Amino acid sequence: MKTGSRNIVLFCTLLMVGAFFFPFWKIILEAPQYPEGMEMKIWLYRITGDVDKINGLNHYIGMKMIMENEFPEFRIMPWAMGILIVFGVFTALLRIRVLLWAWIGTLLLAGGVAFYDFYQWLYDYGHNLNPHAAIKVPGMSYQPPILGYKQLLNFLAGSFPDTGGYLVIIAALGIVGIAISEQFGKK
Amino acid sequence: MKKNRLSLVALGMLAIAAGVFTSCKPKKVGSMMAGDAAQKVYVAPGQYDEFYLFTSGGFSGQLGVYGLPSGRLLRNIPVFAQDPTSGWGYSEETKPMLNTSNGFVPWDDSHHPELSKTNGEDDGRWIFINGNNTPRIARIDLTTFRTAEIIELPNAGGNHASPFCTENTEYVVGNSRFSVPLDGKDDVPITTFKENFKGAATFVKVNPKSGNMSIAFQIVVPGFNYDLAHAGKGVSHDWVFFTCYNSEQAHNLLEVNASQNDKDFVMAVNWKKAEELVAQGKGKKIPAKYAHNVYNESSHSATSTMENEVTVIMAEDMPGLVYYIPCPKSPHGCDISPDGKYIVASGKLAATIPVFSFEKLLKAIDSKAYEGEVAGIPVLKYESVLAGEVQQTGLGPLHTEFDDKGFAYTSFFVSSEIVKWDVEKRVVVDRAPTYYSIGHLCVPGGDSRKPSGKYVIALNKITKDRYLPTGPELNQSAQLFDISGEKMTLLLDFPTIGEPHYAQAIPADKIVKNSKKFYKIEDNTNPFVTKTEAEARVVRKGIRVDVYMTAIRSHLNPDNIEGIKPGDEVYFHVTNLEQDWDVPHGFAIKGADNAELLVMPGETQTLKWVPLRAGMFPFYCTDFCSALHQEMQGYARVSPASANVPLSFSGGANAAQ
Repeated sequence: MKTGSRNIVLFCTLLMVGAFFFPFWKIILEAPQYPEGMEMKIWLYRITGDVDKINGLNHYIGMKMIMENEFPEFRIMPWAMGILIVFGVFTALLRIRVLLWAWIGTLLLAGGVAFYDFYQWLYDYGHNLNPHAAIKVPGMSYQPPILGYKQLLNFLAGSFPDTGGYLVIIAALGIVGIAISEQFGKK
Repeated sequence: MKKNRLSLVALGMLAIAAGVFTSCKPKKVGSMMAGDAAQKVYVAPGQYDEFYLFTSGGFSGQLGVYGLPSGRLLRNIPVFAQDPTSGWGYSEETKPMLNTSNGFVPWDDSHHPELSKTNGEDDGRWIFINGNNTPRIARIDLTTFRTAEIIELPNAGGNHASPFCTENTEYVVGNSRFSVPLDGKDDVPITTFKENFKGAATFVKVNPKSGNMSIAFQIVVPGFNYDLAHAGKGVSHDWVFFTCYNSEQAHNLLEVNASQNDKDFVMAVNWKKAEELVAQGKGKKIPAKYAHNVYNESSHSATSTMENEVTVIMAEDMPGLVYYIPCPKSPHGCDISPDGKYIVASGKLAATIPVFSFEKLLKAIDSKAYEGEVAGIPVLKYESVLAGEVQQTGLGPLHTEFDDKGFAYTSFFVSSEIVKWDVEKRVVVDRAPTYYSIGHLCVPGGDSRKPSGKYVIALNKITKDRYLPTGPELNQSAQLFDISGEKMTLLLDFPTIGEPHYAQAIPADKIVKNSKKFYKIEDNTNPFVTKTEAEARVVRKGIRVDVYMTAIRSHLNPDNIEGIKPGDEVYFHVTNLEQDWDVPHGFAIKGADNAELLVMPGETQTLKWVPLRAGMFPFYCTDFCSALHQEMQGYARVSPASANVPLSFSGGANAAQ
């Protein structure tokens, strides 16, 4: 691995550290009577934003309360991210290309698992509604999209990466770029 | 440096991906704002608005009066709440207006103004409004814009389904949103709700000449939450329709427990039949205590009479009197089309609007198309009464008003919009967002036989960022839409006071021509009137001191009073001798623990003042009346009980001697 490549891998790994300091993902809600919108920020280890407001509204449709301690993921994700970062640093220091691919594989696998898990939670919250809810619209479920916007009754729900998520995506893409150039570029 | 190029390509892809995420955001429904909106709502200085808009004062307990289309506030009429500005509920003459069986109740929660009607059209004579908290109905005289009468409703809790009137104002109705046991039988465990708690559909007779109200009868109905009502028109003239929710008869955690049944009811009451039954002596007189307060315009004072009994009819004992129509999802609004053929009820948690047919209702009753009964009252089959459902409307329909072109306008709280639909075809033709969370809406004449097709007013519950912020507490917000075209177009936002619920609007010419300018002094029969300055005087009887005072530009007479002692009950009977429009005089005295008086020309009002200590107490006119208004003042000298200061005064009868 060239020195330049090593430096970029190190830099990208450093970017991933940002995931500890910025929210990873956000779910946004907009409605005519909420012109300012509401946001729920998902970090590696916690939830912030207008969770109480959102919970207050969700009870009308019988959605479960969103509570931080419901999610064991918040105890696992910081470790997973830490391991990925350490893995990246080792890869860069050892300058082994195969290790770089292995690292990318692990990252993709972790990302895949995370998204599958995220989808499961969204499905669970959107479908498992209290049958005694005040508002029951036949055939209606309230699963937010995994990415992009979706209209849920009067609310427009959006799901997007937040700063931390973007940092990791940029880092991952950068590292994939390095791996490709190392593999196929002129020696 | 190929790797760098590749990285750049990757970053570029990322940027495109991010762009795709954000650009796929669905566009909001644009608020249709007319380009010439300013012109359409501009009423030039000195010009009059085309309509009066009467907005309920909500938790202010009052009645707002606005001009349309300008949205200018014209007046805030005191009704159920004391008003220190005018002395309403503070002056001796007006205090009895707020008397109830619970004593003096100086506040209420007023929800629904209802203009009196002749042949189903707003006639501009009176406007009624309900007091929800301590069940009452008030009648406001539209020649003076004063509250003329307040009657309390016994056997009721939360008079919400009120005070909607029949086609010729034969009756205004009331009914309990919080069903309660009948008066005198109400010390029961709350858990016995199902057996003991009842609704009371109250029919208040209105004298066609004087407007005076009296409770004709109450129909005792099952204990649900009776929410709103409207009387039939034309073909459905003989009927009044009430919506009700909580057919579950829950008495706790209603938010959940009263939302379980898929359908609650519209209650159809044949009031003509009830009238006949009462005439035949089928009613039963039961003891009930309720206040009936009347303001006399000649004596400028109110009397409060405590009534002791009321006639009731038990709905379950009178076949053919009351029917229930199933209606989805906790129905709220209950509105009748201008021709009286359709009953529109809105389930506040529903996504469709059921429209019931009066013709089908009669047929269903004839053919006994019952699906069962509740508490001895037949429940008709939903389909047997349904004309059709309006599909794909919005979420949370609340209220419906009508125009003159066969369209209905329904407010949607949850999806915060007005939806316009064709009454006969029952299809949605237009929708407009409201800011924010509309409750009631109003088309001038929109609940009458002759609606106007010009405007709809959205009465929004939530204001947020519509105006300059005023801290945590904001006024409510109304919005005016032009409905003369195919599309509703937003013209104007204007703030309203105290959460207006319903509002009614009427062409101004129906009211302007009858508007009174002042009271004739020669007609004043107040026992404490002072018709000439020569009669002004101060009279002591024990600790009671009556000050017969006149006010005319620019002096109060008498203006110096001595010989008052701490603990004396001093009554300032102030007569305004002016005989011209808009020359009120105010009266206030230092240390008074109540309010001021605002006395209209030709009127007498009395302020009670009990000085607690010796001292010099200035009094003055508070309403800037003339160039020498600042000179319109006087003094009351209060001397210690031990002092030997005789009662004396300057001016008045003394000056004439």
